[in-house]
Amino acid sequence: MKALQVIQSAYRCTIEEQDDPVIWFVQVLNSVGGDVDIVLRGNAVNYAVTGQVVEDLSFGDWQQTHPAKVDQDLQQALDKGIKVYAIAEDIKKRGIPDGKLLGGIEKLSAHELPSLFEKYEQVWHW
Amino acid sequence: MSQTVLSFLLMDGPFEQARTTTAFRMIEAALDKGYDVNVFAYEGGVSLAFAHQKPHANSVHGRTFEEENHPLTKDWIAALFEKAKAKGCQLDWVNCGLCVDERGVNEAVEGCRRGAPKDFWEWTKVSNGTLVIGTK
Repeated sequence: MKALQVIQSAYRCTIEEQDDPVIWFVQVLNSVGGDVDIVLRGNAVNYAVTGQVVEDLSFGDWQQTHPAKVDQDLQQALDKGIKVYAIAEDIKKRGIPDGKLLGGIEKLSAHELPSLFEKYEQVWHW
Repeated sequence: MSQTVLSFLLMDGPFEQARTTTAFRMIEAALDKGYDVNVFAYEGGVSLAFAHQKPHANSVHGRTFEEENHPLTKDWIAALFEKAKAKGCQLDWVNCGLCVDERGVNEAVEGCRRGAPKDFWEWTKVSNGTLVIGTK
């Protein structure tokens, strides 16, 4: 069963979870044989921007040691063979140059989404 | 010391959004300035102090339990209490009792206490500033 994961909600809880829970979930599904790919839309297209820096968080003596590195998590997903699409119009709206995108990201127009959906048995929207 | 008092209402639960982290940053900044801080945790916010939160390893990250050092809001609250103590100012953290009962999160980290919206109302009447951070 092929299931496409459309991620729109972005940077919602990445500080506390130290990752994006959907990208994490997709990788877990992949590790147990799930045939899953990702579409980034809306603010989530920014996940595909390379070189994101998140400073360590601290409160009093409590110190975070592994802040989220969402671009690296996405690269890890790509390395596992998970396809990652990103909506071109959303990238353009945010002024993200192509040179800042992770290699392997496949840009596609929102108009092409229905055709992409046809290739999957299920589409999950996050 | 002349005392500035700030009161916060937090409504969001942990691990769902970034508003709570922002609130914690503001609370710490206030304590850094020596201000007294009141926090009223409402609805899902009462889970922030739940004492049984547990960290975990993360195989997707390839990190052990110790390496992952997963953030827990109860630890943040404990750290803020320590900071308040070190700075000589007061941090008062009240969890809405009815909200606690609804969620079964009765055990809170040390320093937190059970209360009611009236506590927040009384705080707001004497605070120099009040910030309500509601769920969106």
